[in-house]
Amino acid sequence: MAVTKIKTTSSFTNLTKYDSFLAGNAAYSPAAFESIASATGTGSSGTITFSSIPSTYTSLQIRYNAITTAGQFMRIQFNSDTGTNYARHSLRGNGTTASATGNITTAFIAIGDTANGTNTTYATVGVTDIQDYASTTRNKTVRDFGGMDNNGGGAVCLSSGVWLNTSAITSITFFIPTDNFTTSTTVSLYGIKGA
Amino acid sequence: MPATYEPIATTTLGSAATAINFSSIPATYTDLRVIFRNGDSQPSNTHFRLNTDSGSNYSFTSLNGNGTSATSDRNTNSTTLEINTSNGSNAFLTLDFFNYAGSTFKTSLITLSNDSNGTGYVIRQVGLWRSTAAITSINFRCGGAGTLNFPIGTTATLYGILKA
Repeated sequence: MAVTKIKTTSSFTNLTKYDSFLAGNAAYSPAAFESIASATGTGSSGTITFSSIPSTYTSLQIRYNAITTAGQFMRIQFNSDTGTNYARHSLRGNGTTASATGNITTAFIAIGDTANGTNTTYATVGVTDIQDYASTTRNKTVRDFGGMDNNGGGAVCLSSGVWLNTSAITSITFFIPTDNFTTSTTVSLYGIKGA
Repeated sequence: MPATYEPIATTTLGSAATAINFSSIPATYTDLRVIFRNGDSQPSNTHFRLNTDSGSNYSFTSLNGNGTSATSDRNTNSTTLEINTSNGSNAFLTLDFFNYAGSTFKTSLITLSNDSNGTGYVIRQVGLWRSTAAITSINFRCGGAGTLNFPIGTTATLYGILKA
């Protein structure tokens, strides 16, 4: 039986005293997939940043639905690191051909359609997973599955990326230089807990 | 922190059926996700329609591996959104519908994982429904015409994903 209310009354005698109000209540089971933060585009900025990311999760997931004003491809950086400390490989299908590409020693990790970029009408959507993001001893590995279709064009991409840095990730910058996210853009950051 | 990944509905076929439907989907989530497990010996590809729209408003681009080669396909102006599950057995799908309640065209990401010890596919697909309406129903059909049956044991679960 859960404790819902306690009143001072002489009828309470010989009762077991608990130091916690959780006694008798169902155990709290925290969700394993939690929303940390989300952002929408403004129409006048090409940058969305999630900062002060807690280190209490096992991995992070970003889900994006992005429409831009100039069609640039999307990129991410960690902890405001703009150095050439990133690398990427992609497997891409453009409706005709399957191909693979990669970049090393870059200043970002490209996500979504890593070749043709975004679209100004049709959303580029994707899911980016960042494993072991809070580790202070390992480089950070990223997986992205994204794409865009506009009824005759577009592509689907699978990408892996690495940030060659062992710092815990505390901020993620999601950006398109010289471009803007429209107000229809949504980017959401989730934390996934371990057991 | 709010709960962010919630089951909305699930269906497991106790007898063969031509369709699996999710209707009256609330608009309270950010994204939708469907986990679809094919029954054995499904006779045709898996298709779906949104909001019962039978117009030529669907298209997709896919990246495919069949154990021998990697290819890419495209389908335009279709009356359903098709997923190649022609191998029949041992397949499962995930479908993510982004910003499904928003007012832009609806883009989805689809994965097919299928292996039958000698045949199979891995497919990653981006799909488009050229409608700005909020998605309120999803109609899965076996084959484009919707006249073939999903086998017994076919299971589909719809989840809602919330943002902060």
